[in-house]
Parts: sequence; C-alpha cells; structure tokens
Amino acid sequence: MSGRAYVFGDNVDTDLIVPGRFLTLSTPEELAGVCMAGLDAGFASRLRQGDVFVAGRNFGCGSSREHAPISIKAAGICCVIAVSFARIFYRNAINIGLPVLESKSAARSIREGDEIAVELQEGRIINLTQEETYTFTPFPGFIMDIIREGGLVNYLKNRSTDRGGN
Amino acid sequence: MGMTITEKILAAHAGTAKVEPGEIISVGLDVVLANDITAAVAIPELKKMGFTNVFDNTKVVFVMDHFVPNSDVKAAMQCKIGRDFARACKLEHFYDAGTMGIEHVLLPEKGLVLPGDVIIGGDSHTCTYGALGAFSTGVGSTDLAAGMARGQLWFKVPASIKFIYKGKLPVFVSGKDLILFTIGRIGVDGALYKAMEFTGEVVEELSVDSRFTMCNMAVEAGAKNGIIAPDKKIEGFVKNRARRPYRFFNSDPDALYEETYEFDISELEPQVAFPHLPSNTKNVSEADNILIDQVVIGSCTNGRMEDLRVAADILKGRKIHPYVRVIVIPATQDIYLQAIQEGLIEIFIQAGAAVSTPTCGPCFGGHMGVLAAGERCVSTTNRNFVGRMGHQTSEVYLAGPAVAAASALKGRIADPREVV
Repeated sequence: MSGRAYVFGDNVDTDLIVPGRFLTLSTPEELAGVCMAGLDAGFASRLRQGDVFVAGRNFGCGSSREHAPISIKAAGICCVIAVSFARIFYRNAINIGLPVLESKSAARSIREGDEIAVELQEGRIINLTQEETYTFTPFPGFIMDIIREGGLVNYLKNRSTDRGGN
Repeated sequence: MGMTITEKILAAHAGTAKVEPGEIISVGLDVVLANDITAAVAIPELKKMGFTNVFDNTKVVFVMDHFVPNSDVKAAMQCKIGRDFARACKLEHFYDAGTMGIEHVLLPEKGLVLPGDVIIGGDSHTCTYGALGAFSTGVGSTDLAAGMARGQLWFKVPASIKFIYKGKLPVFVSGKDLILFTIGRIGVDGALYKAMEFTGEVVEELSVDSRFTMCNMAVEAGAKNGIIAPDKKIEGFVKNRARRPYRFFNSDPDALYEETYEFDISELEPQVAFPHLPSNTKNVSEADNILIDQVVIGSCTNGRMEDLRVAADILKGRKIHPYVRVIVIPATQDIYLQAIQEGLIEIFIQAGAAVSTPTCGPCFGGHMGVLAAGERCVSTTNRNFVGRMGHQTSEVYLAGPAVAAASALKGRIADPREVV
C-alpha cells in the first residue's frame, strides 16, 4: 500500500479527529466526511485512497470514541505512523483493522507530501520521495489476520462457531 | 516480590495467584458500561459478531447521558438504538432522562461498581472507579461489544507508577488541583499504558468525591487506570449501596513500581490548565487578566456534592459578572435533589447561574453551552483540547469548582482567595 503523507505534531487528540458535535454520526460512510474536521472542515475531501498519516507522540489521546479510527480508515488512510499512540486509540485501531505503526525514525523523517509505501508483513516503511527506508516491529500473525480481515468483528465471525449469549 | 493493588485485582479476575506487568491475561468483567454514543456503535458490532443478547443483563449497564435530553433528531435516533436494545435485553440497569446521571458519578452512587471489581466502559473516563479500589478502564466500541457479549476481555497487565502526596491540603485546593498539578508534572503521555496509584497522607485525608476526581483524570496522563487503596471512607461510601459482596485489595509493601513521584503539596495553589492540553497547568496567580465568557461547573470530574458546595459557598449572596454565562450541572438526580434540599440551587439561581438537569452536554461540545469563535470558558471538566467545547478558536481553561466560581464573579480567571 502507498500514498502521500500528511504530517501532524504530538498529542493529536480524538476531538481533533472527530469533534464531539459529530458524535451523532456512527457509520463509516458518514464519519469519512468529517475526518480531522477539528483541524479543518475540508480536510477529508482532500484525502485520497492509500494516503498515510504521520504524527509525533501520543496520537489519538483523549476520548475512547472508536469513531476516530473508523473515520480515518473510512477516509481512505491506509495506516497511521507515529512515535507513540494513546492506549485506547491503539487498541481501537487494531480492532477495526487500521494499521498503526510505531516508528520514531519514520515519524521524525517523513515530510508532508512525501510518497510513502508500507510493507506490513516485512515491517518496512519506504519513503519514495526521500529514498529512505524505516523499519518497525511487524505485527504478530493474529493481528495481521485481524487487519487483513477488516477488524476483530470479522476475525471472530470467520472463526467462531459458538454464538452463545444468554 | 509483592504485587500492586492493580496487579492483585487483575490476578484475582484472571483466576491466577500472580501476574506481572506486560503479561497478557483474559479477565472476567464485573461491570460493562456503555453510554448513548458508544452503545450505538457497539450494538451493531455485537450483532455482527453473531450475538443477540448480552452475557448478563445485570452486569451490562447503559447510561444515556451525552446527548440527553436529546439535542436533535440525530441524537434522538442514536439514543433509540441504545433504548431499544436495553429493552430487548431487559437490562436491569438502564438509565435515561429522569433517572439518568453522568455515568461515572451515577454508577458509584447506585452501588453498581464496587471495590475489587474489574470494570470496562465505552468511555475513557471509566477510570474514575479506581477511587473505590477497583480496576477500571475505558475501551472503544469493539472491545465494548466483545465485553457485552462474553463478559471477558484480554488485557496487558500495566506497570504501576506510584504518586505520594505529602503535607496538608491548603484551603481551596482539592482533588482537581492535585491531579492537574500531577498531569502538569508528567505530561499527557507521562503515564501512557500505566497504572497511576495515588497514595500518601494527603490522599488519605481526601474526601471520596475528590478521590473520584483524581482517578477520573488519570486518562489525561495516558494511563490505563488510576487507583487508590480503599479505606474506612470507601467502606462508609459503599456499605449501604452495595448489593453484592466486594473486596478490598492493597498493594504489598514490596510491590514493584516503575517510577515513584513524591510531592509536598502544603504550598500548592489552586491550579488552572491553560489551552489546549490538560498538562498545560499553571498556578492560578499566573493567570493575568484573562477575560472569560462562560463558566461550566459539572461533569464526571466535578459535578458532585463537594464541588457544588464549594461553588455555592463562593457564590452565596453575590452576583455573577454580567458578561459571564454560568452553567451549573449537578451530575445526578440524587445530587440535584440534595443540592435543592441544602439550598445550593437557590444560591446558584440568585447569583445568576443557569442550572441544568444532569448531562455531559457542554464538556464534549455536544449541547447545553457550546462556545462561539474566540470565546473563553473556565470549566471544571477534564479536557481543553482545540475545539473541545465548541468552535475551533474557542478556549477552555480547566480548574476546580473554587476557581470556576471565583472567575464567574470576576469575569476573568480569578483566585478564590481574592473573593472570600
């Protein structure tokens, strides 16, 4: 997967990604249109399929709203690269099948607009513009499966035969 | 090597004698909480997973509190998803306008969360219940759906950071000031993925309300949970509310902490977190003629009796500055009623404040007090991110109820010691 980089600073919070006033929206289709609306109402309309978000420390801090990673994924972003992620956001992103990659060197080197290719399985981020390669620790197999299958819900559906509940 | 209170609770719920930080475990859940926003995402996911019901209709709690009473048609439609599902599953604990309070104040008040519990909630401030000596953390809607369906969830055991508060709490300094000061020291990712354990003579002296406030904001330092060892005050709080057994856990003297911070707070001033991070904390005396348009007193952080009493003490017999709108939101119906009986609501209204039925409303910029471009608000809530309470260029200054009330009178960020 590959696309252009959008670069953000530290502590990008989920209110910036999907502001509270949009929390009456809940489908990916609706949420795609408000991605990063806290920064710029027109941001989502400029995104292309495969683009990459790059950020500093603590990306996705604040509210537990899963609307934030849903909106990023639905807007076409293929992965988020950051120095570090807030805990709930990280787990939410994996759960919905959005790759979240911790790579300090990538996060510090990539510039706005750089063409970025990501090889998830190999743990490589290739900066085609600056001709650099950065590495990250690849996901374990089951997380790769969750991402490949579009999230934990599909992953469980594809495997479980027990549909209990009381 | 001993264990921390967080490790002990997790071990007990994983059915094992010992856990260590970094270990991944599957734990049984005592309570699974959802609100109107997160339930609406979790319910379709639960159905997609192949479930039609929850694992236990006494342990899954729904509180319609964010856009309630419904602010518009979209909010009403969203709440309807939660309402319909709660009825279909016969949830024993479903709270809506009229019985509803802000979730993290309501659940302890109703005795639904207890010492020694493991609790997850589709809301980041679920960490509040750590004040009772429970392990409690916020999750997103997919984890919430899994928890609702199975009553189990996996966790990585967090390492713990110990905070020791020494000295004597100065006048007008409360749990809010302690936690803002702490986040200011360690930063908004200073406890990322960790447990924050609050200890020391100051915490022992702290009211139950102030302890909830401290644990509530652990997530603003990136923590997985905040926790305080339960004591006689907690026993007093839960004994007449609990309808099931509970258990007190304590950290061992030789428990391992990743870091320890020690603060002497005897000289601490009331704190204010300036825009746009909760860690951007300053002494109130450093606020130099910052004019304000609005004050909000309420939320899961500071909408409890202690907060309303502190604010009312300052506002009593005085008039709010003519250029300031003050919105007071008692966090639950019981608190609202108690505030009426104590005469606090009359004080607020006589001073010129608007008093609202319980709701999260303005805290997340939803409704009931959204800010216009360039407006400034002093708020007892928990976040001051860009655009949190409304327009992108509006500003939120976080403080405790004493600073909020004093600022309401002065029309600028004010030290409560100036006005009383």
